[in-house]
This record gives sequence, C-alpha cells and structure tokens, in this order.
Amino acid sequence: MPVIEAHALTKTYGELNAVDGIDFEVAPGESFGLLGPNGAGKSTAMRMIGGTSLRTSGTLLVNGLDPETHGPEVRASLGVVPQTDNLDPELKARDNLLMYGRYFGLPYSYLRPKADELLEFAQLTDKAAEKVDNLSGGMKRRLTIARSLINDPSVLLLDEPTTGLDPQARHILWDRLFRLKETGVTLIVTTHFMDEAEQLCDRLVVMDHGRIVAEGSPASLIRQYSTREVLELRFGSERNAALVDRLRGFATRIEALPDRVLLYAEDGEESLAAVRRDGLEPVTSLVRRSSLEDVFLRLTGRSLVE
Amino acid sequence: MSATTVRPVGGGVRGWFAANSSGNVRAVVERGFRVVGSQNWAIIVSGFFEPVLYLLSMGYGVGALVGDVTGPGGHPITYAAFIAPALLATSAMNGALYDSTWNVFFKLRFAKLYQGMLATSLGPLDVAAGEIFMALFRGLLYAIGFTAVIAALGLATSWWALAMIPVALLIALGFASLGMAVTSYFTTFQQMDWINIVLLPMFLFSATLFPISAFPEAVQWFIMALPLWHGVELMRQLSVGHFEASTAVHLTYFVALSVLGIAFTTRRLRSLFLR
Amino acid sequence: MSELTLSVTPPDTDRVARAARQAARVRRWGWWYQAEWRLFSMKAYLSSVFGWAVLVPLLYVLAMGVGLGALVDGRSGGIDGVPYLTFVAPGLLVSTAVMSFSNEMMFPVMSGFKWQELYFARAATSGSAGQVAIAELVAVTIRSLGESAIFWVVLISLGATSGGLSALMIPIGALSGLALGAPIAAYSATLANEGFQFSMIQRFVLNPMFLFAGTFYPLATMPVYLQWIGWISPMWHGTQLARALSFGLPLSGAEIAFHLGFLIVAAATGCALTIRNFRRRLTK
Repeated sequence: MPVIEAHALTKTYGELNAVDGIDFEVAPGESFGLLGPNGAGKSTAMRMIGGTSLRTSGTLLVNGLDPETHGPEVRASLGVVPQTDNLDPELKARDNLLMYGRYFGLPYSYLRPKADELLEFAQLTDKAAEKVDNLSGGMKRRLTIARSLINDPSVLLLDEPTTGLDPQARHILWDRLFRLKETGVTLIVTTHFMDEAEQLCDRLVVMDHGRIVAEGSPASLIRQYSTREVLELRFGSERNAALVDRLRGFATRIEALPDRVLLYAEDGEESLAAVRRDGLEPVTSLVRRSSLEDVFLRLTGRSLVE
Repeated sequence: MSATTVRPVGGGVRGWFAANSSGNVRAVVERGFRVVGSQNWAIIVSGFFEPVLYLLSMGYGVGALVGDVTGPGGHPITYAAFIAPALLATSAMNGALYDSTWNVFFKLRFAKLYQGMLATSLGPLDVAAGEIFMALFRGLLYAIGFTAVIAALGLATSWWALAMIPVALLIALGFASLGMAVTSYFTTFQQMDWINIVLLPMFLFSATLFPISAFPEAVQWFIMALPLWHGVELMRQLSVGHFEASTAVHLTYFVALSVLGIAFTTRRLRSLFLR
Repeated sequence: MSELTLSVTPPDTDRVARAARQAARVRRWGWWYQAEWRLFSMKAYLSSVFGWAVLVPLLYVLAMGVGLGALVDGRSGGIDGVPYLTFVAPGLLVSTAVMSFSNEMMFPVMSGFKWQELYFARAATSGSAGQVAIAELVAVTIRSLGESAIFWVVLISLGATSGGLSALMIPIGALSGLALGAPIAAYSATLANEGFQFSMIQRFVLNPMFLFAGTFYPLATMPVYLQWIGWISPMWHGTQLARALSFGLPLSGAEIAFHLGFLIVAAATGCALTIRNFRRRLTK
C-alpha cells in the first residue's frame, strides 16, 4: 500500500487554484521531492497531507486513511517540519519537545529520554533550558526538526528544511535525514534548492501554478529535459543575443540570456571546439554537467514568480 | 499502523469527533499550565488590579458625589456596592474575550502556535477546548481575588456573594465561546478592532456605572438585550442575596449564550483552524 | 579577450554635487520627510483611526453626560458650578489624547526597532538617527492634534463645551499627550524584548492616571495621600487647563503657569531623552 495516494487533489482559495488537480503516489521508505517556484502549491499540498488544510476536491489517503476524517490518526505517524519555524515561544527548548510529544498523547516516561536524545541529535543539549526566543535561526530550525521526530514518525514532511541554514548545518541535516531514510522513514521534501533535491530525493515532481509539470528521478528528469552537458558562453552583453542564429547548429537546444548564451549539448568540449572553428571567440567559456537546475528553469521559466 | 486498529469512518457526531479530536485536551491544558508556571507572575497579578482600581476610583470618588443609589429590590446601597458586582461581571467578560479573540488570533496568525499543535495528533476541537479551559482558569483566579476584595471592603452583604465566582465563570464561558467563533471570521488585526467597538459601549451602557433609567425606553430595551447587562444584573442580585423572577431570566440567558456559543464555535472550528 | 576594453568611469562631478545638495536638504528637512512617511503609513488604517476618534467622545459623552451625569447632577447639582457633562468633557478629551499618544509610543516604537526594523531602514538613508526620533514624535503629535480636534467638534456639537477659547483644548490635548508619550517613547527605545513592560505601563501608569488624576471628579475629592497621582500626571495638568478653557474653571495666573510649565518641561525632557535613546540604539 502506498504511504500517500493523491488523486485530482485540488485546493482553491477564492479565485486562486493553489493546487490544481494533482495525482501522485509515494511508496513506503521512498524519499519524494516536491519542487517548484514560490507559490507553486507545494506547501499547500504538504498541509493537506497533514489534514491541517482542507482540500477543495479530489481524494487523498495517507497510510490508507483520509486525513480529513482521521486527522488525529494520520498525524500520529507524521512528523512535520513547516516552512517557517512555529516553536512555542513561551516554552523552553526542551519543554517544546516534551509538550509536543504530549500533544501526541505520549507518556513522560517515553518523552524525557527521547527529548534528551533528540536535543543531542540536534546538537542543542546545552541549550535545553534556553527560551526559544534566545536561540539563533539555525538552532531554531534544528529544534523544529528534532521536534518533528518526537513521535518516531514513519513519514516525515519537510517543507524547505534547510532554507536559512549555513552550509555546515545543511550537510549535517542531510546526513541525519539520510540516516532516517535508512531506517525506513518515508521522506517528503519540498525545496527549491536543486542540490538538496539531488541529494535527498529518489523521485520528484516539479510543480508550477498548482500543477505537476514533470515527474521522475533526478537523473531521468535531466535525461528527459536536458542534455548531458551545458556549454556557457559569454560574448559581452551586447553581442550575446545577436549570435544565437550563428550558434544554432552547435547544440541540441540554445538559450540566450542577457549575460550569456547556454548551449545544451551531449559533449560540451566538442561544441566549444566547433564554435571556435567557426571563428567565434567567446570572452569566457564554461563546460559543465547538466543539473536539475537546468531542468527546473526549463520547466518553470526564468521569470520571477511572486 | 495497520488499518484494522483504526476507528471506522463514520458520519454523524462520532465521525465528527473522530475527525476533530484525539480526546487529548489534557495536553493543551498542560501546556497552558506550564506557560503560566514559567510566566512572569507580575503580569498575572497585575491583571487583578484593573477592576480594583476602577472600584476604588469610581466607587469612592464618584461615590462621594452620588451617595447611595437604588440597588436590587429597591433597597438603597452605596455607589461602590452598586458598581462592584458590575465590575466583576465586566472583568469576567473582558478576560474571556481577550483570551478567546486577541490571544487566539495572535497564536493562530503570528506565533503560528496552533499550526504546530495541529500538526500533531491534536484536532481543532482539542485546541479550542483547551484554550477555553485556560481562559476559564484565569477567570477563576481573578473572580476569587476580586470577590475577596469586595468582601473585604464590606460591599457584599450576603453569603450568596460567593456564588458570584461560579457565575463569573459562566459569564466567561458565554463570552469566550462566542468570541472564538467570531475570531474565525477575522483575517487582519484591523478587523479585530471591531471587538473593541462592541465592547466599549457595552461596558459603558450596561448599567455598570449608572442605572439605565436615564435613557429612553427603546434604548433601555436594546441594552437589556445585550449579554453584559444580564451579567451585571445577575451579579448585583447575588451580591446582596436578593432574588426575583429576573434572576432566572439572567441565568437562563447566559446558559443559552454558552450553549449557542459552543455550538457556533464548533461549527466554525474547521474554518478557524484548518484553512 | 583582446576585444574587451575596460573603461574606467571618470568621476561624475554632477553626481557628487547632486548628492551634496540632497544631503544639505535632508540635514535640514529630513525629520519632516520621515514624519511624512510615518503619517503616510497611518493612511492604511485611517478609517479606523477616524472612526475611533469620533466614536470614543460620542460614547463617553452619552454615558457620562446622560447616564452618570443624571445621577451626579440629581444628587449634588453638578461640580464646580457646572453640569457633570461640562465638568467631565475636558478631562475626557485630555485623557483620551494622552492614552492614544502613549499607545502609539509603545508597540509601534518597539516594532520600528525590532520586528519591522523600519527605523534602521530610515537611518540608512541620508537622514540622521536623531531625525528618526523627531519624525516619530512630530507625526504622532500631528495625529494627536487631529484626534483632539475631532473630539472637540463632537463636544461642541453635543453642547458639552462652548466658546472660542475651548478650541485651545486641541493643542493642550496634544501637548499633554506629548508630555507622557515622549518619555514613554524614550523608554520603549531602550527595550530589547517585549516581555510585559507595555502591559505594566498600561496597568500601572495609564490606567491609574485615567482613574485617579481628577478626570471624573475634582482631585481634591481624593484623600491627600492619593492626590500625588494627579500632581505627577500630565493628564491632570492638561485637564485643569482644558477646564479653564472649556467652561472657565477659575485658575490663577500662577496655576496656569505651573500646569503649562509642567507639561512643557515633561514634553521637552521626554523629547530630548527620546532623541538620545534613538541615537544610541540606531548607531550601536
């Protein structure tokens, strides 16, 4: 049985279709990513999974149960890390963990050692008696993540887990999440960090304007929507656009940006050599592997989404 | 979790409870007490002073200008004894409404506290019931304190005055349940101002500081439809132990208000917490 | 690479001169530019401010004039030779102005430093830290003048005051507001965290002043050991002046000078401290 089954899942706020009829399934133990620009509907989808946002239409089952009719049961096996930390500002760090566990109806005999273990996990043991307000942004984030694990969830919902963390903290967190995954926990992650998606996700969907626009593993998405390599050429901002027609023959796909021209090709070095043979000398050139970011920008566009 | 251990999806009342509650109101209350325990006691104690200051200032200052006024049953009582029970009713109303409107709104929209709670097994019903319980607990503390002050100043002349404490809780329950339902319609702080626009005139005109006989009859009928007036009159009758048919009307009014308020809040529960 | 020539931009003399002219203008008028900003931001809730400014006097006049007034006048035939409504109206105008001014100097000031950090944004423009403080005080004084003017109009139209001199209650209301609001602003500017200080000010400064500073009855009615609350309170000094202006409460020249002097000294000290504390915090 899939951990999550969503069919034609829809959420509208007035005129706005925040989530517009999406279908997806998540298998047990899988780590599943929801990618998309701001406002794509990722967070809303996450909140519907927890039953804290009521869907407008469609069906949704979490562990075989509808979160709207069995909210308490569904959430008993979920761990939720929301996009913005919503720690209890009136409680100390350790009390945040304890009380959160109490909301699940768990006994203190279980919670006390568990809270200490999780503080250790989040490297916050010496901050246990600190008020939440006095913690730094990174500490709050780690505490929120520790909190989500208090009930030993089988499914962890992570809404942009590493936004605002420094590189060290990000890598520690990825490591911890990977270990959780090894113990069989299902991870559902939204992010707009492509490196994070490539690190964490077995499979992902790209969302845009409430719809799913692509689905697959990171590698398969790159294969499907991009080439193996990308050649980035700079000719100076006045010349880039003018040279597109001349460059067209050297790549599968070509994209002119104000500051550079991108040539999508299987072999970047070979394309660069061909460009030079044609008598063009770029100011700078760079050959790199195609990344999920290329896929993302291709699918969701380069213009800013507000 | 295997599907066999799970309660069946049901319609009706049982299904509704299953969807909105894990039956763990206790945890929400526990959190409340933990916060009260770690809070600055000065804040809690200071809340008690507000009605006391009103009583001392108006009761004795204006009292010196006014002398005795007509109390329940037509018996003359001092002005301070006239306003004291009214101030108890008002403070029960204010406390309950503050807790169920501003406090809930803030925790919902800004602190995002409920968002965290509702990500656990708790359902919206557990959160609402826990918050109302905490509001009543604070109300109880203040009612005991203020009743003691009234008694110490010799402004209560009957043992019935002790009954003002549970009645203060009933008044608080009525306003708290109504307030929470109303809060479900608000989205901005500016809209919250509407609560004060209702509260200020209700406080000023509900026979709290002066009898309403000075107003035209139509205005009097309007005032008598408002909840605070019933609370004030009921408290006043209790403070001197004078009862008449209207006592039952006032009491019924608040029982009905509480029942309707709870029903209303229950209906709005999902709109309030699950957007 | 050879075709790329790096051009060095020559110093743009126009630009430098323009910046100097702008800076000179801001040095002189920056406080006003920022006050405009603050007033402009109030526009968002102008209707609510206006509604309250009309509603509060209306409700109080009806309650105190018709309700409590009937009781007091029936028993004691008014106070200081005038009906209770006439007696209480100037006090209500002044105390409302003081309360409203003070409220604007608590959470909004804290929010300027902490939550929204608007003051830091302003201090990052050509304006100085001191100008940020002055702008804040000026903007709220203007708002207070507006609110007091509305209050006065309501009083006039309901017959609670009369005569041309009574219009001077408008600046007296705003001055009384500044006399308490400015010291509060100075204090708010020093707070790192909002714990409970503002509730304490509300409960132990503003409320007792409202209730014990002779707004609802002459201060002399209070026992002597409580009268000091009035003496140190801008509300009482403002109210006494307003009563003289509104219905001719007889005050000697020395009394007038004393009340006015108290308000001016309190306001000036408060403003100076506010500027100092804003400067300290913004340049820390």
